Amino acid sequence: MTTDVHHGAGPGSEGIGGAVSGEAPDATRPETSYDAHFKVWRGDVDGGGLEDFTVEVNEGEVVLDIIHRLQATQAPDLAVRWNCKAGKCGSCSAEINGRPRLLCMTRMSVFDRAETVTVTPLRTFPVVRDLVTDVGFNYEKARQVPSFVPPPGLGPGEYRMQQEDVGRSQEFRKCIECFLCQDTCHVVRDHEENKRAFAGPRFLMRVAELDMHPLDAAEDAGLDRKSTAQDEHGLGYCNITKCCTEVCPENIKITDNALIPLKERAADRKYDPLVWLGNKIRRRTT
Amino acid sequence: MAHVERHQWDVVIVGAGGAGLRAAIEAREQGLRTAVICKSLFGKAHTVMAEGGIAASMGNVNEGDNWQVHFRDTMRGGKFLNQWRMAELHAREAPERVWELETWGALFDRTPDGRISQRNFGGHEYPRLAHVGDRTGLELIRTLQQKVVSLQQEDFKESGDYEARIKVFQECTVTQILKEHNPEDGEPDRVSGVFCYERESGRFFVLEAPAVVLATGGIGKSFKVTSNSWEYTGDGHALALLAGASLINMEFVQFHPTGMVWPPSVKGILVTESVRGDGGVLRNAEGERFMFDYVPDVFKEKYAESEQEADGWYEDPDNHRRPPELLPRDEVARAINAEVKAGRGSPHGGVFLDVSTRMPAETIKRRLPSMHHQFRELADVDITAEPMEVGPTCHYVMGGVDVDSDTAAARGVPGLFAAGEVAGGMHGSNRLGGNSLSDLLVFGRRAGLYAAQYAREHAGSRPRVGDEQIDGAAAEALRPFGVGSAKADEEAQGPAENPYTVHQELQRSMNDLVGIIRREEEMSEALERLAELRERARRAKVEGHRQFNPGWHLALDLRNMLLVSECVARAALNRTESRGGHTRDDFPEMDREWRRANLVCTLAAAEGAAGAAGGDAEAGRAGRIALRRREMPPIRKDLLELFEKEELIKYLTDEELTSE
Ligand SMILES: Cc1cc2nc3c(=O)[nH]c(=O)nc-3n(C[C@H](O)[C@H](O)[C@H](O)COP(=O)(O)OP(=O)(O)OC[C@H]3O[C@@H](n4cnc5c(N)ncnc54)[C@H](O)[C@@H]3O)c2cc1C
Ligand code: SF4
Ligand code: SF4
Ligand code: FES
Repeated sequence: MTTDVHHGAGPGSEGIGGAVSGEAPDATRPETSYDAHFKVWRGDVDGGGLEDFTVEVNEGEVVLDIIHRLQATQAPDLAVRWNCKAGKCGSCSAEINGRPRLLCMTRMSVFDRAETVTVTPLRTFPVVRDLVTDVGFNYEKARQVPSFVPPPGLGPGEYRMQQEDVGRSQEFRKCIECFLCQDTCHVVRDHEENKRAFAGPRFLMRVAELDMHPLDAAEDAGLDRKSTAQDEHGLGYCNITKCCTEVCPENIKITDNALIPLKERAADRKYDPLVWLGNKIRRRTT
Repeated sequence: MAHVERHQWDVVIVGAGGAGLRAAIEAREQGLRTAVICKSLFGKAHTVMAEGGIAASMGNVNEGDNWQVHFRDTMRGGKFLNQWRMAELHAREAPERVWELETWGALFDRTPDGRISQRNFGGHEYPRLAHVGDRTGLELIRTLQQKVVSLQQEDFKESGDYEARIKVFQECTVTQILKEHNPEDGEPDRVSGVFCYERESGRFFVLEAPAVVLATGGIGKSFKVTSNSWEYTGDGHALALLAGASLINMEFVQFHPTGMVWPPSVKGILVTESVRGDGGVLRNAEGERFMFDYVPDVFKEKYAESEQEADGWYEDPDNHRRPPELLPRDEVARAINAEVKAGRGSPHGGVFLDVSTRMPAETIKRRLPSMHHQFRELADVDITAEPMEVGPTCHYVMGGVDVDSDTAAARGVPGLFAAGEVAGGMHGSNRLGGNSLSDLLVFGRRAGLYAAQYAREHAGSRPRVGDEQIDGAAAEALRPFGVGSAKADEEAQGPAENPYTVHQELQRSMNDLVGIIRREEEMSEALERLAELRERARRAKVEGHRQFNPGWHLALDLRNMLLVSECVARAALNRTESRGGHTRDDFPEMDREWRRANLVCTLAAAEGAAGAAGGDAEAGRAGRIALRRREMPPIRKDLLELFEKEELIKYLTDEELTSE
């Protein structure tokens, strides 16, 4: 991080085609709006650094609104991912003041007006440009988890499951694949060398989800999901620090509900397969 | 021109939403090599935002439901303008398509007897929407994504290559459909592939294939207040037009009645209809449940007249009529608009939508978790304790590519198919909630199936992609950098334009002049402004380089938004009646004569070679869209017989009623 460029909110900065409505003159500005200081990482694989911006903020806005205002008024080629702007798609992940967050769900009101807001790309993944990183690691890991195995003998329309039995897996299926948990987990955050062996919380949770699916027939097909979690997806690297749970914007209890039970079952599995059956029955009744 | 990489596939699917992924799965299961290309990351398409559910008459909650009832509701919702064959196929096939998702791992909410639970929604006679809380779209897209992955795993086992038979080109954008021009045979030019750029690197490439399926979604980003994301720039609509296909029903744009109105930065974000389906009510500033005053004649017998009657319906639907909050969306959106106009709006220019007095806090949190979260996080509103403020937001386009009902083949362009929101006809003048997700599955599958069939038939004579077409497409794409075209000439005509500014002005024009309530003068003005913006868009310039440059991407999208906006404005100006998603202040009544008419948009200037580099010979202010009126085929007799005569009289002309 070497360069340090300053951009003002005033006119003339990146003037293609004149003023943009985002740049209202001070006189007409409502009380509730103010100028904030931002530092945004700009650069690409070859390096880059934090750039300073002064930019207008209005009532109710989120960090993504500010990034968009920067694009429209000062930095038209500033790269950022986003889609839904409502916390549903998991595209706009970045780090704000060093913390992994969704840009679209981080209200400006959580910052002090005088505070400088620093926005940087996810640290665990290689940067592509500005706030955009290469998240291909996650798609590779997704491919390595064997898919749902439909129960033989049950046709479409014949599935019967109780709500309490699907609830657990449903919690995990709330995942919007923002990969913030993957970004924050210390096993891979600064340890490139662990990436090969470790699927990360999101995909260990995927194993748990399938394992807890009431009709998944992996077992009958000779696939033991619990032991693969341990042997192939690196469950053993996880030392249940719960950092992943803390950053999950969907508030999924990744560690408590997915990883710890998976560890217990993987362990049980090693000693006594019947324990697993017992667990399955116990879960139904609690 | 620089070397452009070419890849050969059997079927190319443009779009990785519900329609695109379902099409891809089908084409791959037919044994063909299938490429999917999408602007966002895999799994992030717009479908992920769908909340309420998938409509399918499985009859799990009320046994009275069946495909005929669903068909009837769909036709009523669309005010009988639907391509009835599409509505029929949709109603018949939706249940199978939903059940199939379970076999791919989907986990829907359950009924007490363990089946897929179904919820009420506007315009649906019975509880019909399969759902997962209020995140149904996420479940749909994840299930399809994971099915694609499972097919890739199969291929990996066989060939050692995950991407041998199905590959997703993510974060890539198609800017042109390529066609083979064959002057000898006198047949229309057939599709030969697509020209694309990779967003990350700006690199160009071509996917060659005899069959291309468009599944690009909608057009909402041409409007200022919208529930749609940046992806919704009408690309597929424009690509189809430019390839010589036609669009129908473009005047019909759905304004969802309940978008957030405050704070300004979230204005337009959707508040799902499930809020009303599960018991939420609309009130004006005077605390009145105003929807009772807005039940139109065609729906009078079906909706409650008092609050008591309406409230009784949730528990005992057989002996009560439905609450008027559950009228089709166009009706509710107009009513809210009228209340606000009459000065009975909420503080921020909407009305109140309340669940807090209707059910216990715990129930709200369980049934509407993402609404609870969305309001708490974005608006500091606790929906379990206070009402939400809501108002109409541009949500969905009923209009789209003119397709064959059974095969999803675009009329007039061999090798081109379209499914999902980009296809027109299925929903007529207004779409019912939940009918989109089922549409994606039913017609996505059909498009994949028939595209595969077509590709197989043409395997022996693959169309060629000529170098001159690639050069033309590359030149068009580079234009915003001021490269490759007669730069000096253009700059003589005016200053360089900021694409963001042009986009904002386009959004404002469409919102204000071709919005929810329309008038002749305003739409004419919109057309003038669009002509002006079109010229300015040609001068859009961007800075920086081609690597992940959003300014450049937007500059290219402007072509599509302007074409599509012109279709909407022209068709809306022409249709002198009010129907579904098209409301005219100057022609407030529905006109039975118009029921039979589709307005068909095509590209005006008969362009030279197929896919020429985007209208350098553009006809200036005259506009680029030609409009013609086309009669719809008469509704099949057995389908008409599903309705009572008294109801049909409201929609069909006397002549149509007596013709058989
Ligand atoms: C907030 C919200 C809630 C909704 N809730 C419901 C609901 O509950 N029930 C319901 O039935 N409907 C609902 N809808 C409507 C429904 O979600 C959409 O109509 C539907 O998802 C569209 O799906 P699709 O497959 O046609 O397109 P999309 O899912 O939008 O996918 C389009 C794809 O095309 C790609 N694409 C576009 N242009 C290009 C290009 N030029 N090059 C390459 N790729 C391109 C995009 O990247 C994307 O992958 C909702 C819509 C919104 C906005
Ligand atoms: S709990 Fe495990 S997976 Fe989660 S952050 Fe800690 S080590 Fe990583
Ligand atoms: S588990 Fe949570 S943090 Fe991790 S990817 Fe899913 S939504 Fe994001
Ligand atoms: S933009 Fe979709 S989660 Fe932020």
